[in-house]
Amino acid sequence: MAVEPRTSWTKYDRKTKILRMLGVLVAAVVAVLAWRALHVRYTFVANAARNLRDLLGRMYPPNPSYAVEIVPPLVETMNIAILGTGLAIFLSLPIAYLGAENTTPNAITYAIGKFLIVGTRSVNVIIWALFFIIIFGTGALAGVLAVAFRSIGFVSKLLAEGIEEIDPGQVAAIRAVGGSPFDVVVYGIVPQVKPTFVSVATYRWDINVREATIIGFVGAGGIGASLDASIDFFQWSNVLTILIAMLGVVLVSEGVSAYLRGKTR
Amino acid sequence: MSRADSSGSDPLPAEESSDSWIRPTVFYNKQTKYIVYGALLLFVLWSAWELRPSPARVLSGAEAAQGLLATMFPPDFTPEARRRIWDGMIESVAMSIVATILGVAISVPIAVMAAENLAPRPVYYVGRAIVSISRSLHELVLAIVAVVTVGLGPLAGVIALVFATPGFYAKLLAEELEDIDNGQADAIRAVGGSRLQVLVYGVAPQVVPRMVGLAIYRWDINIRASTIVGIVGAGGIGVTLLNSFDRYEYDFTLAIVLSIIAVVLAGELASAIIRRRLQ
Amino acid sequence: MLTITDLRKVYPTGDEALKGVSMRVSGDEVVSVIGPSGAGKSTLISCINRLTEPTDGSIVLDDTKITSLSKRDLRRSRREMGMIFQEFNLIERLTVMENVLSGRLGYMSNWKAFRRKFDAEDISKAYEILDRVGLEDVEDKRVDELSGGQRQRVGIARAVLQRPKILLVDEPTSSLDPETSAAVMELLTEIAREEEIPVVINIHEVDLALEHTDRVVGLTDGRIVFDGPPGELDDGARDTIYRGGEPRAKAGERTTSTESVEIEPEGSF
Repeated sequence: MAVEPRTSWTKYDRKTKILRMLGVLVAAVVAVLAWRALHVRYTFVANAARNLRDLLGRMYPPNPSYAVEIVPPLVETMNIAILGTGLAIFLSLPIAYLGAENTTPNAITYAIGKFLIVGTRSVNVIIWALFFIIIFGTGALAGVLAVAFRSIGFVSKLLAEGIEEIDPGQVAAIRAVGGSPFDVVVYGIVPQVKPTFVSVATYRWDINVREATIIGFVGAGGIGASLDASIDFFQWSNVLTILIAMLGVVLVSEGVSAYLRGKTR
Repeated sequence: MSRADSSGSDPLPAEESSDSWIRPTVFYNKQTKYIVYGALLLFVLWSAWELRPSPARVLSGAEAAQGLLATMFPPDFTPEARRRIWDGMIESVAMSIVATILGVAISVPIAVMAAENLAPRPVYYVGRAIVSISRSLHELVLAIVAVVTVGLGPLAGVIALVFATPGFYAKLLAEELEDIDNGQADAIRAVGGSRLQVLVYGVAPQVVPRMVGLAIYRWDINIRASTIVGIVGAGGIGVTLLNSFDRYEYDFTLAIVLSIIAVVLAGELASAIIRRRLQ
Repeated sequence: MLTITDLRKVYPTGDEALKGVSMRVSGDEVVSVIGPSGAGKSTLISCINRLTEPTDGSIVLDDTKITSLSKRDLRRSRREMGMIFQEFNLIERLTVMENVLSGRLGYMSNWKAFRRKFDAEDISKAYEILDRVGLEDVEDKRVDELSGGQRQRVGIARAVLQRPKILLVDEPTSSLDPETSAAVMELLTEIAREEEIPVVINIHEVDLALEHTDRVVGLTDGRIVFDGPPGELDDGARDTIYRGGEPRAKAGERTTSTESVEIEPEGSF
């Protein structure tokens, strides 16, 4: 029986082809609907490029004399990031304990732990800042608390995972030599979780430096307030100075954070 | 090493120094270690001193917090409030979709530029620089500049998110491109393929699944960002949120925040499910 | 002297690991516990210092009844039992020296332990033991930089620094290559002589047991089915331990894990 020579080949069969085309179509419709929902005024779009060029022209060159003035707010930004991270770690320890499957006392505490982790993580730092400003007034204190609360979910989730992954054999060894529960913690557990703690702390601090640059928009301290003020007063060269400073601070902390994480093995 | 002799049977010569042992540290020596720790402690103490939360402030804060909680509950989910939340949320989600599509579109060429193995040196540095700037500036900083450029409204938000996308997408895609199996690209070159054919047959099949996954992931991040860029006037639910704060309608604020959490979690879940199915 | 009487262990899952084990270990004898996987060897070893809590029966070390000690007194007794683990169970991220010195934790205050403030006498003894087990000049290395054989030597040094009354050894060679295994077994028996303490080694490689130990205890299904010098472990005894009494001919191809049994150590018979 002769086999008919096969002269056509397609990557997908008919059904897959139609499904794929339908998928593309749906995606296109969603994109168009989304665009229409924005009610964009096209004159704005048309002028955007020119406006941006104008703006950059007014910004350039940056104002070096203003660079000296923004040192205090930059330092405050750093302070907010450091204290916020420190406070977050402090608050995260018990929550990590509750949110870790192997250490949590019971199902209810586990649920509470998970709720706190998810809840704090889902509320943006700027929203936390708005709440803390109502409570403590404007200033860096609200900023520190906002950064701290925003970080709790991230920090305690990773800390809990670090605790869950320890090798029970090392704990058993310390118990076997007759070590006290304290010895078990200091020799059996701490050396194992230390790298996780250090890397989580420095990593989150790195993120928090970025977060701390913006909470000033709503009055929670840091360099963001200077940016807001400079824009309000149309001091464009100052705006560029601030943007460059932000860039520098964030890149430097990213480098420091990467260096520290590389050091802990 | 403190001990010179190691031939076990003759322990005498090295014995004098062997009843002490100094724990090695990651620092150059013990002094450096204490200086670093001391400096860190001083810095934290000084940071805390700069804040100086006075007892009076904490006390009034406690009162304010009580008042805040009292006005916040129950959250305002009246039909009118629901309509306003719905409008703001639709705008936010629409912003995130448009921004993801445009952002990914501009990120792909930037990623190729920022991939060490695909781009010539000078282009590579330009690509890396764009990625670094985009990564370092917070979405809200970009949004505030965008508002100045194109005025209040969701367009500014979209622009901010589009500019923030390469910092994530191009960076990770570039890393992916650097990890590709060059053998596959070489094979296409070997059969006489053009540059474009090499990209389409030799490179793209290796990274396309990852590209889609990253796009979905970025969309998830853009949803989060789109709910807050309104704080600086760049459209979406954030505008509604800031208004509620300004008008002291804290019960409405709570309703908005709860809705934001719900949308963010739904986005996270959807993104996780889609990415898992892609693999 | 260690006396175990009618030791039983039932796990919460209902598995009966030990069904009444009695044995006595004294002097400086090196005892190997052999038997198929799941016979209860590891459970037996870890019941002795109560890392696994026995269900019933008694364990007496010299004059101390281990099985009825309070938590606090148990810690005191554990100081006198050195344990060596299959997976070494060293504190991977600490230095060799800290690991060896951790053998003295039971004698130190929490504050001293926290500051790594070890006694000069212990430090000098630690150096001595490190030399003894063949680990010169690695004291400042972190354990995760060492090879398997070196790690097990650190484990042995930690246990010896406790100046124990007995060494409990759980599968010391199953994470090691054959050559290192023989060296580690050699070292363990030499230490038993030098320190004049008994050693209980739970081991699945029968030839290593025969070659290096004074006495063999065969454990099957939670019960002791053989107890005697290596020379007495004839084919019949092996069948009892590994095949539940079935003669070799019938079960010849059923198991490959006992193939090594056929290679007799020189001079044992």
